[in-house]
Amino acid sequence: MNSTTALFYVFSAVLLLAAFRVITARSTVHAALFLVLSFFSASCIWMLLHAEFLAITLVLVYVGAVMVLFLFVVMMLDINPDGFREGFYKHLPLAGFVGALIALEMALVLMRGFQLQPPVATAKDIEIGNTKLLGIEIYTQYLYPLQLAAVLLLVAIIAAIALTLRERKDSKRMDPSEQVRAKAADRVRLVKMAPTIEAPSLPKVPPTEAGKV
Amino acid sequence: MGTITLGHYLSLGGILFAMSVVGIFLNRRNLIVLLMAIELMLLAVNMNFIAFSHYLPVEADRMAGQVFVFFILTVAAAEAAIGLAILVVLFRNRASINVEELDELKG
Repeated sequence: MNSTTALFYVFSAVLLLAAFRVITARSTVHAALFLVLSFFSASCIWMLLHAEFLAITLVLVYVGAVMVLFLFVVMMLDINPDGFREGFYKHLPLAGFVGALIALEMALVLMRGFQLQPPVATAKDIEIGNTKLLGIEIYTQYLYPLQLAAVLLLVAIIAAIALTLRERKDSKRMDPSEQVRAKAADRVRLVKMAPTIEAPSLPKVPPTEAGKV
Repeated sequence: MGTITLGHYLSLGGILFAMSVVGIFLNRRNLIVLLMAIELMLLAVNMNFIAFSHYLPVEADRMAGQVFVFFILTVAAAEAAIGLAILVVLFRNRASINVEELDELKG
């Protein structure tokens, strides 16, 4: 039993335990943190498989971005956790049966059928390295799918922003296009009116009284 | 307990996948944990791809599996972002993320 074997069993045990806690944790924040742990152990296992670039990418993208997003959403939403466990034990027998069946079938087939030993790495592989090999492959043979993936990410950005954007009612934001379009006619209204001239009024004293003085 | 064969990694992926299926069964009340279970499923699939890419014979196109994992990671990140955005909008409108209460579309 060499060190790779031992490490594989350690990381697999951590990964499976963390995954188990993700689906059974009482608190959503705990579930998210255990998911971080399981991603981390999976990345260690990928290191054992000499996929260094993807292992680092998994940590950066998932632990660094996606899980932070999850935690952010969990903390932003004011969720009442009381009802979450309702039906948990009702579904447990069926879920456990289905899960055990899937795992058993797969393990039966896979452990017998794939007793392959890893091929010896060629000198070229060791010299070039995993990251460079992956880069060569992506930027030559898979260039068009890479561009599509970039467009997909752009679509995801726009969709996520457009979904969550909402107009605030108390916002004092100005709309520049509306301001530019404004004309003098919209602001000042000139009204034509007939001129009214006030005639100078005479003192209102009765003429008879005036004659007496 | 000898050396690790391809079957070990594939079994690990299979167990992980089964566990996330169980998680989807159990956490019907919490949409966020359902999304997490889907992420775990994608992780299990990626594990299979990388294991196969490592154990293929040298003369085969070994990097193809890793390229596929690269694209799966991209799509999964986009999926998580949009899924959480939909979740936030849903919570704003319904004040609940219980899957069993989301039955407005029944015919």
